[in-house]
Amino acid sequence: MGRYIIRRMLQFIPVFFGATFLIFALVFAIPGDPIRALAGDRVLPETVSDTLSERYNLDEPLWKQYGIYITNVFQGDFGIDFRGRPVSDLMRQRLPVTIRLALFAFAFEVVIGVGAGILAGVRKGKFIDNLVLISTLIVIAVPLFVSAFLAQIVFGVKLGWFPVSGIRDGWVSYLLPAMVLGSLSLAYIARLQRTTLVENLRADYVRTATSKGLSRKRVVGIHALRNSLIPVVTFLAIDLGALMGGAIITETIFNLPGIGRAVFEGVQRQEGTVVVGIATFMIVVYMVANLVADILYGVLDPRIRYD
Amino acid sequence: MTDDPKYPRPGGDPKRDPATLESYVDKEDRSQFAMGARIPTESVVGIEEGAQQSARTASLWTDAWRQLRRRPIFVISTVLIIIMVIMAMFPILFTRIDPRACSLSESLLPPSSEHWFGTDIQGCDYYARTIYGARVSITIGLLVTIFATLIALIGGSAAGYYGGWTDTIIARMTDIMFVIPFILGGIVILSLFPTRGVAQVSLVLIILGWATMLRLVRSSVIAAKSADYVDAARSMGGTNWRIITKHVLPNSLAPVIVYATITIGAVISAEAALSFLGVGLQLPAISWGLMIAGAQARILTSPHLLLFPGAFLSVTVFSFILMGDALRDALDPKLR
Repeated sequence: MGRYIIRRMLQFIPVFFGATFLIFALVFAIPGDPIRALAGDRVLPETVSDTLSERYNLDEPLWKQYGIYITNVFQGDFGIDFRGRPVSDLMRQRLPVTIRLALFAFAFEVVIGVGAGILAGVRKGKFIDNLVLISTLIVIAVPLFVSAFLAQIVFGVKLGWFPVSGIRDGWVSYLLPAMVLGSLSLAYIARLQRTTLVENLRADYVRTATSKGLSRKRVVGIHALRNSLIPVVTFLAIDLGALMGGAIITETIFNLPGIGRAVFEGVQRQEGTVVVGIATFMIVVYMVANLVADILYGVLDPRIRYD
Repeated sequence: MTDDPKYPRPGGDPKRDPATLESYVDKEDRSQFAMGARIPTESVVGIEEGAQQSARTASLWTDAWRQLRRRPIFVISTVLIIIMVIMAMFPILFTRIDPRACSLSESLLPPSSEHWFGTDIQGCDYYARTIYGARVSITIGLLVTIFATLIALIGGSAAGYYGGWTDTIIARMTDIMFVIPFILGGIVILSLFPTRGVAQVSLVLIILGWATMLRLVRSSVIAAKSADYVDAARSMGGTNWRIITKHVLPNSLAPVIVYATITIGAVISAEAALSFLGVGLQLPAISWGLMIAGAQARILTSPHLLLFPGAFLSVTVFSFILMGDALRDALDPKLR
């Protein structure tokens, strides 16, 4: 196990540099001169634009800019945006919003998703099973931005149950966006939980346990359920990373000042440092989530041997 | 699991995808899945044509087809998809109104007998625009899926079959694409293009979409490669090319087809999301995503602006997911 983790960590390195360089190269290939974009309609004096391009290393070749950038990142310096504010400050300010949003979404999908999956799996073929299967399919089919939009109109504006947008109402303002953000994963989790539970209920060890005279409650609740949770837990680990990506759309629609909206605004404003900084962060979160999922799988299921 | 140290990701990688999620197959199961496909036994059939006829018709595909025809889910989704494809190819069959003939005096009318879906801010007939919107969605969905599948089939079978350095290089490239969040990659790459049409959006979605599919091909090729019939073919002197095209690929195709079907839906959804965010297609293109974006500011007074394109978009995505669902049930013998 230890050797496996170390090997996976080593594999991290090329993937990390590859992915961040790709984003870096793409962002700084955005057509248009960022200094002129900054100046707007005014014409900047030569000396000012020279100073600026020197400060942001814009004259160096791309790989060298990347080298300087990534070295600074390792020291916690994500560069500064065009207003002279450190990007790390921006992230520190925006990150709590996204983390809160992701945690609410995560709690929502764990409780409802796993619950619905268990109910459907135990009552396979019954009404509740079909209800879960059909409703999750609908949730998967409706694109995230459409459901976000609809939820905002119906629950926020028409019914007035939730704040429409922004975070001025404290933690209540996170509820609706979190439910929308978590709904897609919730549907996947419910279906995954149902399938694995159904598979496990058919397994030989469940038949053995039943024939030993154990109560159904114990057979389902202890024997089958524990085993069927393994793939669900690994999925959840990956999902925590993936929620960061989904946050871009949700935060934009619900006007939450998190890192998802910050990166989208960064792209629109051609603020390369903001985009690359947040993208780097998201990539790292996603990679760590994947690693945790892989390790969890081995820890939870002793049949999987990595070495 | 031991033969595959580089990808100890037993659930199949596209974990976020309902197809692979449900048939939660680990490597061992997947080889059964692949081997469930009967080997095309041409030579045997040639000798005993009559006697083997029944064995031949019992191949995975004919079996699956026989099962599919009876599944209402499959029939419904197929009918819906055919309607959408006809709508994309010949919108004139559904409406005689020109979606670009607008009059500002009829701005934002609610649905009526004259304008079934009402009109938008420019006074264009919303029904006609919704119908014409099917074209870009279906085109991009098919284009992206076909090209991404091709890349995945070539790269995945090379990586899975040859292993070694080929595998390492392709696997690292896949890893890099895999860790970039889809929407993030989409907005970053698409904002590079000053003008964005169907070609540009498709290209970007192909770039972002091949990696997941390639991993799927790769793992099912690895499973199919270790089957006995591949050893048999090799011992009879079969070339690598022949083994890959005649034995390995046909037997690892089932999960790829299921995934590709669902991908069409996912791509259509992604295109709409990117257009909605303003980094996908641009006006005057007619796209459901753009229509929904245009609805944003007027949603309270004119909810029909969101409802109709939203419903068409969802039904289209839904049909492809349903069809993938039905295909998976039919193609995975384990679930019978």
